[in-house]
Amino acid sequence: MSYTFDFTPVINGFPTLLLGCIGTLWLALSGMTLAIVIGIGGVVLRDSHIKPLRWLVIAFVELIRNTPFLVQIYFIFFALPFMGIRLNPTPTAIIALGVNGGAYAIEIIRGGVQSINKGQLEAGRALGLRKGQVFRLIVLKPALRAIFPSLASQFILLTLTTSIASAVAAYELTSVAKLIENESFRSFEVYGTITIMYLVMSWMMMNFLNFMSRRYLSYPVK
Amino acid sequence: MSTSASSPAAAAIAPMIAMEGVEKWYGTFKALTDINLTVRPGEKIVLCGPSGSGKSTLIRCINHLETYEKGRIVVDGVLLDNNPKTIDVVRREVGMVFQQFNLFPHLTVLQNCTLAPMRSRGLARDAAEATARRLLGRVKILDQADKYPAQLSGGQQQRVAIARALCMEPKAMLFDEPTSALDPEMVKEVLDTMIGLAKDGMTMICVTHEMGFARQVADRVIFMSEGAIVEEGPPAEFFQNPRHQRTKKFLGEILPRY
Repeated sequence: MSYTFDFTPVINGFPTLLLGCIGTLWLALSGMTLAIVIGIGGVVLRDSHIKPLRWLVIAFVELIRNTPFLVQIYFIFFALPFMGIRLNPTPTAIIALGVNGGAYAIEIIRGGVQSINKGQLEAGRALGLRKGQVFRLIVLKPALRAIFPSLASQFILLTLTTSIASAVAAYELTSVAKLIENESFRSFEVYGTITIMYLVMSWMMMNFLNFMSRRYLSYPVK
Repeated sequence: MSTSASSPAAAAIAPMIAMEGVEKWYGTFKALTDINLTVRPGEKIVLCGPSGSGKSTLIRCINHLETYEKGRIVVDGVLLDNNPKTIDVVRREVGMVFQQFNLFPHLTVLQNCTLAPMRSRGLARDAAEATARRLLGRVKILDQADKYPAQLSGGQQQRVAIARALCMEPKAMLFDEPTSALDPEMVKEVLDTMIGLAKDGMTMICVTHEMGFARQVADRVIFMSEGAIVEEGPPAEFFQNPRHQRTKKFLGEILPRY
């Protein structure tokens, strides 16, 4: 072990690495938002009385959960242009993360919806609320509350998965780190540093999610 | 919406709820057999019978929480068919109180009471809250308006559930074993609330085993067995001289407890 540590490239590149962190957090938060929308929308369609819609959602979930994320992001970035859909790296990454996270979110949120006592639905219906209102006003919040820990760990995973977006050169921490490493060959210093940065970001994200849960999903239970 | 007759006198005797030849099946099991029941405005009915006799199913048909296969149900002049619009009209006119309260856990007591008036009747928040506070006062629980259901006792929760149903200003109320899930010491506060409601002239159908309540409040007691109405009559007559063997047996099993 005669390796001499040299953090100069990391120190010089630190502002760039911090910008990379912001890129990563941006991808993660945008991806999560999209995933929530897809998750909730998917659950509504998944349990709708229109059979083809239900099948469509099942097929979507199976497709996404049984194929690699890298292939999904390559598909959007390299294959869709042949269909006339051309997206920049960052939108590509956000859509890939959102669609992938959304497929998992559908299954998780659906579990929460199914855990809601049937009496809640009946009480809502008996008060003259329509089916959609019952879902939105009565079922959704307790359902999300019930599955929050699973959803949160899925979203931490999504945060870490943003690094795969470096494969299409989206602006995020791993891409930035690669550039610095390519110029300096200081692999250990660079990847060691961003490992810690990812750890800190995961921790921040967990705190953020817990805060959101306390703010929007909390109420007293027995 | 009502098919009210031209003369006030005729309107006065038009039934609030009419069930004619109603039958319901769960697959091959016949849950309700030829149910004929007419409830006048302001009338109080107590439904009793052994478990599985179809009491709950019967009242759940009235607000279409259960479908029925044969016969017809008319609520306040509205024929209850499978049309979602008609169903919603009827549900806004008929309040229901459940055995398990079914309060919405994520909403405060006040929000539980204003949700449907605002979202289903389209009331403004101020008006909905004013009505809710008035009715929470009536069930003597106004001081808990900002608490969440989990912070209340069972009896308090059930009184909130009654207030919540009343906030829709229903023309009739259905009670599905409202005291069965309560600890004994909380039964009275809920029954007292129901007695008050009855005195104010609400049309009520109550599925309950509280025979003291039936004696005090009911205009008619109806006994069901195996999905059919076996016997009915004013409480005095019903309890003194039950005619059917099954009624006698049921009362014999249930009355010594009281």
